[in-house]
Amino acid sequence: MTATLFRLATAGSVDDGKSTLVGRLLHDAQAILSDQLDAVARSSKDRGFGEDGAELDLALLTDGLRAEREQGITIDVAYRYFATDRRSFVLADCPGHVQYTRNTVTGTSTADAVVLLVDVRHGVVEQTRRHLAVAHLLRVEHVIIAVNKIDAVDHREEPFRQVEADVARIAAELGADSSGVSGACAPIVIPVSALRGDNVVAPSANTPWYEGEALLPILEQLPDADHARRRTEPLRLPVQTVIRPHSEFRGYAGQIVSGSLAAGDEVLIQPGGHRTAVTAVHRTALQARAAAEQGGASLRAEAPESVVVELAGQFDVARGHLLAACEAPATERDELTLALAWLGDGALTPGARVLVKHGTQTVKGLVEEITDRLDLATLTGQPTRELVLNDIGTVTLRLAGALSVDDYATAKRTGAVLLIDPDSGDTLAAGMVRLPVFEESEDQDDDAAWLAG
Amino acid sequence: MSTATAAPAQRAADVVDLTGQSALARLEAESIHIIREVVAEFDRPAMLFSGGKDSVVMLHLAAKAFWPGKIPFPVVHIDTGHNFEEVLDFRDRTVERLGLKLVVGSVQELIDSGELAERADGTRNPLQTVPLLRTIAQHRFDAVFGGARRDEDRARAKERILSLRDEFGQWDPRSQRPELWNLYNGRHRPGQHVRAFPISNWTELDVWRYIAAEEIELPPLYYAHEREVFHRDGMIRAVGPHSLPTPEEPTEQLRVRYRTVGDMSCTGAVLSDAADNAAVLREVAAATITERGATRADDRLSEAAMEDRKKDGYF
Repeated sequence: MTATLFRLATAGSVDDGKSTLVGRLLHDAQAILSDQLDAVARSSKDRGFGEDGAELDLALLTDGLRAEREQGITIDVAYRYFATDRRSFVLADCPGHVQYTRNTVTGTSTADAVVLLVDVRHGVVEQTRRHLAVAHLLRVEHVIIAVNKIDAVDHREEPFRQVEADVARIAAELGADSSGVSGACAPIVIPVSALRGDNVVAPSANTPWYEGEALLPILEQLPDADHARRRTEPLRLPVQTVIRPHSEFRGYAGQIVSGSLAAGDEVLIQPGGHRTAVTAVHRTALQARAAAEQGGASLRAEAPESVVVELAGQFDVARGHLLAACEAPATERDELTLALAWLGDGALTPGARVLVKHGTQTVKGLVEEITDRLDLATLTGQPTRELVLNDIGTVTLRLAGALSVDDYATAKRTGAVLLIDPDSGDTLAAGMVRLPVFEESEDQDDDAAWLAG
Repeated sequence: MSTATAAPAQRAADVVDLTGQSALARLEAESIHIIREVVAEFDRPAMLFSGGKDSVVMLHLAAKAFWPGKIPFPVVHIDTGHNFEEVLDFRDRTVERLGLKLVVGSVQELIDSGELAERADGTRNPLQTVPLLRTIAQHRFDAVFGGARRDEDRARAKERILSLRDEFGQWDPRSQRPELWNLYNGRHRPGQHVRAFPISNWTELDVWRYIAAEEIELPPLYYAHEREVFHRDGMIRAVGPHSLPTPEEPTEQLRVRYRTVGDMSCTGAVLSDAADNAAVLREVAAATITERGATRADDRLSEAAMEDRKKDGYF
């Protein structure tokens, strides 16, 4: 059996019991060692948790900061690690408080799956809609809705079905975007009690009306579709640095973000589009072995390997260049339309100057137009003059130099950018490149309001 | 189907026997990517290297990142003055083998000059922050690699891969930059620096699996050996120049090994027969106690000891 690395993020509103669920998952998956458990037991007792003090406050396993423990909320993303026989998990435990949505975007950007908590007593709330929109925007492969506190409604089916129906409706509305690319798969909805452990690791006898599996087995079995797809996408290798130990060796170092590469391949150097041949690909022994075990052609280095590449001929290749497949190059653009998750404390307005970080390149950018802002109530794009913290919107930027980009919907890693404040250096926004479906229509102003559907 | 409910000890054999190296290969690729990004975007990077297993693995990854070239930055050791001799020997041999420049920041020197006061409990680990920040300032390092892992401690679980530190080296967990995809924002102002953690996503077991797969040499302390020890605060402490038993603490010869090799005055050994990588792997997979819980006295100082130290500028 092959162990894979699966990245998971959690999200939810304050008091949905997210930290408790994560604690329960880790506890019931036997990922908590005895000294950690002892420490939690001591703190739980100090806090008078449980009527007889015998129960554990599982949230204490994850809420590690003083302020978090004092206020009983999660402030920042915490990363947890656990493994079962089938999978190694990296879990990004993201805060639910509206003020910390930026951290939810942080955790979600690298996630293969998101577990979104809903308190069954409150049903779908604005934060649920926001988190579903973020998951959709970031194209997370799998969305799981954990309908928590099912024990608090006497394990009744009806409130659960209400949440299930609401989520399905929102997902359908979000999924119908104008790009023509279907959104994330329909969410999987599970009734759970993080406090009692219902349907977390094993099916619960308390919910006989629920026919699906428990959360953990589902997480173990979700297809690792993103990684499978990455290998078959066209080659993209952003050059990180040039390695030149002596005059006889000039190697270009970088991580293959998609596709594969072998000596003898022809590649394009972007921007510019010079065509050249790969003369050698140096891989690490471990990565080559792993690829062979995965059934990959052992001679080809493939995503996500970090490699050093030698090229034929004398070209000026440096950090910021992209090696791309000749038959499917990236699109070179000095004007970008981005779907944006705005994370800055200030507002974004037209005319703002930003830095745009893409792959291994950073260029200056000017905000030309803010097309729309997503209205969470109606899930439609509304005209706006600015974006403020936690807004999701569409923005057009003019760039000081060309970037070699792909559409985020089809190639996450070469379709993603950061917007950075040139003065403070702060990260302002997560941007997802939106290319017109047909290049011919590039000049038409037709890419408005893609979130609106 | 899931066998996650099996006891850790029962699962241990399975974990070790997994032949698939896919997860490990992804971690390696990610770490190399991070190391190259930092070196490409910063003017004066340096890497903390103590001779401990995490920093040994990190250095090994750095060597791979720039192969066939040399590692293009110096290594820094903050020497508490209470280190194990075997570890210092190993440190010096490694630096020599890789042709690296070694910068040492010394706790002892600052104590001798009166700039730092010895703590009542004799623990020197928390004292490392002062020479660390001073070394960073003196050499104008703008990025410092550390081998910290997020699975070590609740406060470390909150750490970004690139962590901005202010003029005082402080970490503010409430205002960390969002870290999106694999796009690391290393912008900083003069006086500020960045801590970079390329093995953030590795667990103790991953580190040992990698050491075994890559046949990486470690200080001999990590493998079972006979040692004169005594018991204090529930930990097995080595008898040494900086770790002396009181008359009420009888010593004995035990077969032990170390899971971490920090400062001798706060690091405990564990009883073990694991004399090679395969045996250590089995032992780590079956462990029912964390490495820090088992062996680090400094983390027991308070419920948030690590967080408090990190806010002050500790790793």
